[in-house]
Amino acid sequence: MFKFYMPVNVASHIISFLAALVLLTAFGMLVQKRIYGLIRLFTWQGLFLSLNTAFVGYVANKHHLYISALLTLSLKVILLPYILHILIQRLKIRKEVETIVNVPMTMLIGIALVILSYHLTAPIRELSNLTTRSTLAVALATVMLGLLMMITRKHAVTEIMGFLAMENGLFFAATSATYGMPLVVEFGVAFDLLMAAFIFGIFFFQINTAFDSLSVEQMARLKEDD
Amino acid sequence: MNPYPLIVEMLQIATLIVLAPAFVGWVRTLKCWAQGRTSAGLFQPYRDLDKLFSKDILLPENASWIFRFTPYLVFGTMVLAGGIIPILSIDLPLAPTADVIVIVALFAIGRFFTALAGMDIGTAFGGMGSSREMMIASLAEPAMLMAIFTVSLANKSTSLSQIVHVIYSGQSVLRPSLSFALLAFILIALAETGRIPVDNPSTHLELTMIHEAMILEYSGRHLALIEWAGMMKLFLFVMMGMALFAPWGIAPRGDIAAIPYALVITALKLGVMGIVIVSIETGLAKMRLFRLTEFLGAAFLLATLGMLSYFILD
Amino acid sequence: MIFTPDFKLAVGPIEIAAASISMLFVVALLAALLKNSQRLAITLSFFLAAVASLLSVIAGIWAVGSGTTNQIVLLIGLPDLPFHMRLDPLAGFFLTVIGALSFFVSVYSIGYVKGYLGHRSVTSLVIFYCLFLAGMFMVVLADDALFFLVSWEIMAAASYFLVIFENERVENRRAAFLYLVVAHVGAIAILLSFGVLAGFAKGPGNFGGYTFDAMRQAHFPVEWATVAFLLAFFGFAAKAGVVPLHVWLPEAHPVAPSNVSALMSGVMLKTAIYGIIRITFDLIRVFPWWWGAVVLILGLLSAVMGVLYALMQHDLKKLLAYHSVENIGIILIGVGLAMIFTSFNQPLYAALALIAGLYHTMNHAVFKGLLFMGAGAVIHATNERNMEEMGGLIHHMPWTATLFLVGCISISALPPFNGFVSEWLTFQALLLSPSLPSPLMKLLIPMGAALLALTGALAAACFVKAFGVTFLGHWRGHHNPHAHEANWPMRLGMLMAALTCLGLGVLPTFFIEWMDVIAEQFVGSKLAASASIHGWMWLTPVSYHRASYSGVIVLLGILIVISAVYLFLHVKPGAIRRVPIWDCGFEKINQRMQYNATSFAMPIRRIFGFLFNVREEVNVVPHAGHKAFPKRLNYRLRIRDRLWNWIYKPIVGISFWVSRKVGKLQQGRIQIYLLYSFITIIILLIFVR
Repeated sequence: MFKFYMPVNVASHIISFLAALVLLTAFGMLVQKRIYGLIRLFTWQGLFLSLNTAFVGYVANKHHLYISALLTLSLKVILLPYILHILIQRLKIRKEVETIVNVPMTMLIGIALVILSYHLTAPIRELSNLTTRSTLAVALATVMLGLLMMITRKHAVTEIMGFLAMENGLFFAATSATYGMPLVVEFGVAFDLLMAAFIFGIFFFQINTAFDSLSVEQMARLKEDD
Repeated sequence: MNPYPLIVEMLQIATLIVLAPAFVGWVRTLKCWAQGRTSAGLFQPYRDLDKLFSKDILLPENASWIFRFTPYLVFGTMVLAGGIIPILSIDLPLAPTADVIVIVALFAIGRFFTALAGMDIGTAFGGMGSSREMMIASLAEPAMLMAIFTVSLANKSTSLSQIVHVIYSGQSVLRPSLSFALLAFILIALAETGRIPVDNPSTHLELTMIHEAMILEYSGRHLALIEWAGMMKLFLFVMMGMALFAPWGIAPRGDIAAIPYALVITALKLGVMGIVIVSIETGLAKMRLFRLTEFLGAAFLLATLGMLSYFILD
Repeated sequence: MIFTPDFKLAVGPIEIAAASISMLFVVALLAALLKNSQRLAITLSFFLAAVASLLSVIAGIWAVGSGTTNQIVLLIGLPDLPFHMRLDPLAGFFLTVIGALSFFVSVYSIGYVKGYLGHRSVTSLVIFYCLFLAGMFMVVLADDALFFLVSWEIMAAASYFLVIFENERVENRRAAFLYLVVAHVGAIAILLSFGVLAGFAKGPGNFGGYTFDAMRQAHFPVEWATVAFLLAFFGFAAKAGVVPLHVWLPEAHPVAPSNVSALMSGVMLKTAIYGIIRITFDLIRVFPWWWGAVVLILGLLSAVMGVLYALMQHDLKKLLAYHSVENIGIILIGVGLAMIFTSFNQPLYAALALIAGLYHTMNHAVFKGLLFMGAGAVIHATNERNMEEMGGLIHHMPWTATLFLVGCISISALPPFNGFVSEWLTFQALLLSPSLPSPLMKLLIPMGAALLALTGALAAACFVKAFGVTFLGHWRGHHNPHAHEANWPMRLGMLMAALTCLGLGVLPTFFIEWMDVIAEQFVGSKLAASASIHGWMWLTPVSYHRASYSGVIVLLGILIVISAVYLFLHVKPGAIRRVPIWDCGFEKINQRMQYNATSFAMPIRRIFGFLFNVREEVNVVPHAGHKAFPKRLNYRLRIRDRLWNWIYKPIVGISFWVSRKVGKLQQGRIQIYLLYSFITIIILLIFVR
């Protein structure tokens, strides 16, 4: 059996590797211009996240984390990407995603956010004695990058991608700060997420038919004084 | 005095000079295979060089001494860099001459003069090549430094021989930071050696060429020296990457017996890197010039993430 | 430098320096007397100025080499506060740097200023040149606030008159005025800073507090020390041209005669660096880390913005002036890092950073001087400052071209010349940031290293442009070139500077050992113990295993390979034929089709253009209705400094508003003025009561 022979320090090494990959995919989503590329990156992020959760479960010897890893896998690697694919096909989105701020600038802001989150989590790092405490900064950075993505993109589908990336970051934060939330809460969150995806999907159809576009800038037209 | 390091030094420089065209021949052969063409063989670069050396020089009317001096200088910096970067052994008397930053600067001085030579002849092509080359270099340099910085964090040194030594003594393990730095380094190396997607070494299409535009007016032995130096640059970047990230095979200090083994491993590494280069080059299309900011920006991002994750995760 | 003079009146370095300064005043007087024989005045005064500069160099080298501090009190000054002069290693170092470049430039000026003969009287140029040199020497020797400010003003005023020397052009007068304004705003800030320090040194009202000695012994509350530092830094930054206080520099430096530009860019800016080091490391001594961070950040900003501004220029001297902003930035990176390392109590690393900054100070003085001298030779020969009108000068002026090239390589930080050594040392200091305890510093300082790398690479691009467009290719101008090679004194001045560039680049260990005493005095650690422990050939800051560099071997290695290859290929060389360039069968290639300065910088302008206010206009005059085959293309490009609009315009607006309000006081009627006096007296009486 593989897992009985793996020393804990190797596992924690792998955890930090996976954390780095999560961060990388977050940056990738920030700068990716094609919408299918975005979904692919989101899928990868989910995969790394679920693997990471499983490894944390192994290191911390918390078995309920295996279940949440499995949950993440099925929801974020299989179900959500599938829904998004369907959505995009139905909406017939082909062109590249427009960004508001140019790509190198977004990268620099992203780097600044990573440094900021490292700075912000420093006190927690001092107090905590969990093996995963160093990945907390990465988790916070992932949340911030998701938010940044929502700010810098115009397209409605990328908004939801940013939202989902943010949720990934929160989940990651929970795993690294306290070895995961209680299972009931996680189920609840997962279910909410799924609902959110559906609602967003319905929303998009409505927006698309109303404005003939999915650019959220069109929403400015809803203002009365226009 | 122990003659061993001196012999190794000579052997290493000879390896560089002799093997560099073969490596380029190998890359071209692989590329031909990948594209379903018949290749001219591993030794075609040698035949090209030989032909160029035996030809007369056609010198542009306006060329000054800078144009004539540049090929020798570029060749000289490459050979010197080859004496410093550990290829076969880390027991090099020249090794303390320069750390990685100096080696990057050595490449830069060759580029500086090549760009001047492009301006010297007074054509639109020469200036265009120089301008673009300097632009790419200035974007690649910060990323390069950041990658070096990340590696030096892990190994507490910027000297290549010392980095190899530290990795051998097991003080360095595979970290996320190093893998980011490696990815960044690959992107930068593609830019610095003028490969696809940054520049196409085999194009002579006026509007897309960068390095070729600068050296368009060279002929005869001047061109041969520049071409040869370009091959050595590719070779050296592969070797630099190996020394920074995967030095296994390079002979450790004072180990004579490991030299033949190192030669074999070097050849193997070159073979593998040839495949990597060709798969990148066939998989990607050449980018528009102003898309390169994103390409090199990605390199910088990766290198910076490497640096950050060293502090955050390691 | 260890010899004891036998004669009774003991002569120390400070006496030599004082002699040098007095000599410059005498030369200024002499130049005024020789008004009617201009040719003689030029040769004699600049020769004597060169001798005086050499004396200062001797004094400086002696003071640094012996590591001693000498003080004298002059007989002039205020009743309670006579002028104090002090020559310690730091002052000695700056004396050497200023003296060395003044020496080169004075030799150069013998030939250069003769170019004005027959056009205008050069008497004022010679007089103010000497006063300018004397002012700079006095600034670094001053040991009390009053003498410092008097010297500072002599330096500023003399340079103002030098900037305005060619005063018939409007833009020159405007530039000189801007220079005067910024210099005085800066001087006021420095004055206030000294006031704060003096107040705490001996209490308010006591003149003794204005001596630097009193300040050295005082303890300052941290908030007042911060006020003093910020005021002084503002004042010195205005003098040094630190972004965003740089706007005067690229206006004023280029319009001065080139020998003066060389001195202003090369060494006058360095007096501000001297001031910053003196105030922080010597007078205040204990400071929080964020002072260093302020200096470091502004240094980085200046470095990057300076080089980007420079890339946009097509005026050769303006380009060089912007590079001064860049290099001051690089120096400040070293100084700022030294401050950070000092406040975190890491003396060895602080020594490395400080030495890197000082070494770059020295290097920049030499190569920037060389470049301005070269630019002067070019302008002298072509009557043109616009690079777009130059080209191919390497064929007409091979000496100047080669020497200018040395300057270009040095400033682009390429081995084996001197600019590389100091930039490499700065990199090494930046790479030591992981040893800092603050996590934020650990993550942010490497970004600074990346910015420095960007600066270096952009500088190389800029000098490929500067050299390539000026000296290479074909003549781009409209009128025929009648360029001639520079005369011998000019060549000699440039040659000495170029050789110094090479010497500083190849033998850094000697110079670092020499100036190590400064680091020992101010940050409490020597660098030479680790930097040159493996012999003079190897420069190993911190440790041999960490990093090493040998300029000698780089130089020799390249030369050996080049000559070996050259000989090998010339055993049986193929013939060389001169042919026209390949024109793609077009056959109508002319010199206007070459790349020029604007087109060379286009890719970089496009990438970094968002930092500037760039406006491009292309007007196409269609040929027979086809836009694709235009008869003529007009291209206009206008680049403006955004900072001018953001910072200076509002300030100018406010000052005009205030002056209009104040202007209302002036009514022109005597009764009103009497009323003012009356009110003033009443108010005074009420308060003094």
